[in-house]
Amino acid sequence: MRQRRPNRFATLSALAIGVLTMTACGGPSDSTAASAPEELSGRGPITYVSSPDSSGAAQETIEAWNAAHPEEPVEWIELPLDADQQRQQMIQNAQIESDAYTVLNLDVVWTSEFAANRWVEPLPVEELPLDGMIDATVEAATYADQQFAVPYYTDGALLYGRSDLLEAAGVQMPTTWEAMEQACAAVLELPEAEGMSCYAGQFDKNEGLTVNFSEAAASAGGALYDADGQPSVDTPETLDALNFLVDGFESGMIPQEAVTFQEEQGRQAFQDGDLVFLRNWPYIYNPLSAQDGSSQVAGKFTVAPIPGQDGPGVSTLGGRNLAISSSAENKATALDFITFFVSQEQERARLELSSRAPVYSALFEDQEIVSALPYLPTLLQSVESAQPRPKAVQYGAATAAIQDAVYAAITGKQTPEESLAGLQIQLEELAN
Amino acid sequence: MIFYPLLSAVGQSLYSAESRLDENGFVVDREVFVGLENYAEIFVGAQSERFYNALANTTFFTVVSVALETVIGVAFALMMNRAFRGRAFLRAAVLVPWAIPTAVSGLLWRWMFQADGIVNALSGSQVLWTAEGMAAQAAVIIAEVWKTSPFIGLLVLAGLQIIPEEVYEAAKLDGASAWKQFWAITLPLVKPALMVAVLFRLLDALRMFDLPFVLVGPRKESVETLSILAWDSANQLQYGAASAFSIVLLLYVSVIVYMFVRLLGADIFQSDATRPQSSRRRRAVSPAPRPAAHHQEETR
Repeated sequence: MRQRRPNRFATLSALAIGVLTMTACGGPSDSTAASAPEELSGRGPITYVSSPDSSGAAQETIEAWNAAHPEEPVEWIELPLDADQQRQQMIQNAQIESDAYTVLNLDVVWTSEFAANRWVEPLPVEELPLDGMIDATVEAATYADQQFAVPYYTDGALLYGRSDLLEAAGVQMPTTWEAMEQACAAVLELPEAEGMSCYAGQFDKNEGLTVNFSEAAASAGGALYDADGQPSVDTPETLDALNFLVDGFESGMIPQEAVTFQEEQGRQAFQDGDLVFLRNWPYIYNPLSAQDGSSQVAGKFTVAPIPGQDGPGVSTLGGRNLAISSSAENKATALDFITFFVSQEQERARLELSSRAPVYSALFEDQEIVSALPYLPTLLQSVESAQPRPKAVQYGAATAAIQDAVYAAITGKQTPEESLAGLQIQLEELAN
Repeated sequence: MIFYPLLSAVGQSLYSAESRLDENGFVVDREVFVGLENYAEIFVGAQSERFYNALANTTFFTVVSVALETVIGVAFALMMNRAFRGRAFLRAAVLVPWAIPTAVSGLLWRWMFQADGIVNALSGSQVLWTAEGMAAQAAVIIAEVWKTSPFIGLLVLAGLQIIPEEVYEAAKLDGASAWKQFWAITLPLVKPALMVAVLFRLLDALRMFDLPFVLVGPRKESVETLSILAWDSANQLQYGAASAFSIVLLLYVSVIVYMFVRLLGADIFQSDATRPQSSRRRRAVSPAPRPAAHHQEETR
């Protein structure tokens, strides 16, 4: 800890002098992509930089590591809960090339940005416990055919539905958008469903909207970015996806107030019995099942993979990855710590305290675990077929553009065709 | 300490981060000196539409909310200045909105303005306050006024308490109505305190950030202020553009405040000019002329 400070200040003051004298240089870093990653060296104390973990599960893992490695202790640096702020602090740390942060807990969608800027180190694949991990999660931690991060926990979309009402109406959980509309029509005929709305997701103007739209696009057979990483939003498939949302709002299948829904507002509406179907993350399963009277739907709901255009839909992949900061010291220790942290034993141990989904498919089928977290088999289906969100290097700007366009369409400011055409131009500008 | 960040921001605003991807997909970026290009972008370039919208929002919020706060704050101060039971309690209670951190009150109002929140429940309507449009602007103004009226109220109250009672007694003897007393005595005498309060509020309101950000959300056209725009650019790592936005905001605030102080300053000097003549001794002899003199001044 102590010897780090002068180092950091040296970098800072060097940077300040650079700005003052206005010598703006900083040539390209040598590109050695696709070659074998350099060996990570150095052992000693490191830091783990992460969002807070209220369950206390990650803390236990760190304590277990520290007990076994007194010479290479890990100190937890806790960042604010807000994901934007976490990203900004990590980027600032990288830009001043500070060694204060060693192991970074990255949202899956930041991984490309951090890798492309070489803020994180490429990792040696053969030393990582990637066997047995869900392919989609491993894939989401790669960039330019190199492994830059290791999956920590994963997340995928689930369709929550009111099993009691579906049964009363004699219909099944839907696998397509059309089936969902028909199921709603049948359910809303029931006297006990009076005043309910059919479906909602996260349609407020934030990351949730990007998630919902890119899921709809993938579920209609399209993609926001093609296989070569070029934007492809002005296609018939993405138009179908956007129309699913826009028509939903117009027909009343999606209630008007859903344009203000983030995760929590949607959960509240479903929990109060206002919705037949809701797209949300697994974390709401526990509050919905609460027996203390806070949830009106406890024991009256079920989960399924989200529906799509012609068959089951394609979820977005959420979750977190661990990576090593390029400007850090003691990278060999960091690699060992990551390997330990994401090992199957530790992932399993953390499940006792935390409901974050592990990245090993075996754990999703473990009887003991499934009896405690019954949504896991469905989530595995969802995650296994999941698509990562756009692997855009300028992810922040890309997701902002997507949200602007989709929000303009669902609030009727623009036609779907206009908004997609405009979005395509904006994303093309960002891509090169 | 004051000038370094300012100069550094000015310097930064002349640069732009130019990044491209090399053939392997890795970022090659450099800081390029672009001169005033960032400013040109803001005023006539690609950013201009967003900028003018944010400028209009900032101005609109400032004018409407500061006007409402002034009226409500003065009314509160007049009420609190009366002697009545529970006055101490009212004074303490009025401070609560001001004492709550803005981000927290933003959250509180967000819950109340939610689609299924208490505001819609009580009014029996289905207004989407936290989406876009007039309703979102109204929500921000309501929360802002609720939060900051106490500030004006308390500063004005402090001003009211130094007005000597005999001035009012003399006015009563002259048969001035309550309304006339307010216009001829209270307002002119409390004006310096009120103007300082309004000036502080103007400064604050022009930099408004947390309330619209928390209550309605970032990048919502109808409530985007200049501060939010600067934050958004910084968040996209466009520090040059973000600095340029901040400098423009600084200049805008300076102009508004300069104009305000000029208008108000002239006034203060005038009342100061009359004050030494009607010195304490003379006022003790005949307090009546002073408010009358002020009255003429105000209505001139």
